[in-house]
Amino acid sequence: MTAVKQVIMGLNGDEAVAYAVKQCNVDVVSAYPITPQTIIVEKISKFVNDGEVDLEFIKVESEHSALSACVGASAAGARTFTATAANGLQLMHEILYITSSLRLPVVMAIANRAPSGPINIHCDHNDSMGARDSGWIQIYSEDAQEAYDNVIQAFRIAEHPDVLLPVMVMMDGFLITHTLQNVSVLDDYAVSEFVGYRRVDMIKVPAIHGDKEVYRMLNPRYPLTFGPLDLFDYYMEHKMQQIETMKNAKKIIKEVHDEYAKLSGRFYGDGFVEPYKADDADFLLVGLGSTMGTVKEVVDDLREEGFKVGSVRVRVFRPFPEESLVPLLRDKTAVGVLDRGISFGSYGQLYLDIAAHLYGRMGPILIDFVYGLGGRDMPPSLIKSVFREIIEAEKNPEPVLRVRGVRG
Amino acid sequence: MLEIRWHGRGGQGVWSGSAVLALAAIKAGKYAQSFPQFGPERGGAPLEGYNRISDRPITLHCSIYEPHMVIVIDPTLLKYPTRILAGIKDGGHLVVNTEEEPQDLRKRLGIKHSVKVWAVDATTIALEEIDRPATNTAMLGALIRAVPVVPMERILEAVRERWPGEVGEKNVRAIRRAYEEVVMG
Repeated sequence: MTAVKQVIMGLNGDEAVAYAVKQCNVDVVSAYPITPQTIIVEKISKFVNDGEVDLEFIKVESEHSALSACVGASAAGARTFTATAANGLQLMHEILYITSSLRLPVVMAIANRAPSGPINIHCDHNDSMGARDSGWIQIYSEDAQEAYDNVIQAFRIAEHPDVLLPVMVMMDGFLITHTLQNVSVLDDYAVSEFVGYRRVDMIKVPAIHGDKEVYRMLNPRYPLTFGPLDLFDYYMEHKMQQIETMKNAKKIIKEVHDEYAKLSGRFYGDGFVEPYKADDADFLLVGLGSTMGTVKEVVDDLREEGFKVGSVRVRVFRPFPEESLVPLLRDKTAVGVLDRGISFGSYGQLYLDIAAHLYGRMGPILIDFVYGLGGRDMPPSLIKSVFREIIEAEKNPEPVLRVRGVRG
Repeated sequence: MLEIRWHGRGGQGVWSGSAVLALAAIKAGKYAQSFPQFGPERGGAPLEGYNRISDRPITLHCSIYEPHMVIVIDPTLLKYPTRILAGIKDGGHLVVNTEEEPQDLRKRLGIKHSVKVWAVDATTIALEEIDRPATNTAMLGALIRAVPVVPMERILEAVRERWPGEVGEKNVRAIRRAYEEVVMG
């Protein structure tokens, strides 16, 4: 049951994201094109050119400038969006931390692409995993429909007065960005009502403005300084606020997900993780992104063959949803973690988080499967053989790190 | 679920052909995917595109290895039969833009009997109807003749939306002709 009228369109992930941005009362977009995100920027600039959306599109010469322009616009009170991938995200790295520590609710779509080198345009997660520690909320989408839904939710989460953190919405390069599929879009009015307009909170700064409450934004009439020097006297208190806020953001992520589910009829597990036939399973695969859609098909196949398998897709990666995930994994015989990234010299990034959060809680055998780097395909046959390794994990628990789908 | 692989060359419209098919399928109330296989993005280089069409939501996000249908929009690609014929399911269909008769093609490429071969001279049709050798739309006509996975009207609707005006009408004529002229053998 859905509460509002929806239209089914044929859109790829990039188009779906651009469509969501068009509907979200965005004030400023600044972005630099990079494959496989380019269609987002192209579509938004076309919407602007055709007068379909009233926003300021700031053209820049690099991703570092794109996010810097977003920081300025967001600090001036604008609802702000950008998009990038791989090397572009790496070029933004400095400004990622500045955005989150200034508590600016910028929303950014990431078309996941393997970082260079060697140069590659296809999907893996090492780009957004490189931004894992930057203080942004990270949400991974399974398909174009969810990318659309996630962008709409992202503005509400980011701008909530209890959050005020930037949000990244991830979608797998090509596998989502360039795959046209059925996408149900809400009507413009419903989205506009849901996201509203950016509201800037008010603060008192007695030393400068006396008793007067001023908007927490750049305003020549009531000047404020954003991001001044902050040494050992206060820096750590500010970092503590980020730690606490990330924790508290979970409540808002959940509320926004549930409210959107009522509006659209679409929900993704509990908003943090999406289990599939996981309850009575002995063996689970856990992962991120579009692969987990393919995994569902394999789970069905193996269930028909009599194996008690299931899967869990992690949707929200930062803040890490240990409250949702740990109870699903704790009592299983063996769990395989699918990592489309690798921290060289250690394990895949998702494995590291899961292992850390399971520590001391009587967990299952945990094996890390690194796959799909640089767009290497993950077909059902390979997922099936990974499941077989999980099923035999009691007999063969070593090695923990297994790279699959690789020659020789 | 029906899985389709398209073969063409960069610039010939493999991606837009498969996109139009998916859009038409969605209009017909089905679930569909259309996705490219982007390698080196060079005009003229051999490339592939894919479709999945189903009555149920599609959750697969990976390549297609055993298609029910293979569409070849450029006849010069027939010199790579290993790639063209790879993985076609028994009972599947090969739909080719060629001047050759389907029986001759079957014999020359050694195509197994469990695969139906459909041949249409889409290049001539495209040159006569669209004034340029854009064969992707004509091949849609041949495709739905081989397997009526989407009604003709929905295909034409999707084509007219993507290419409004005279260009769309030219493509509509090409699609109708290919539908009539394609032969199976």
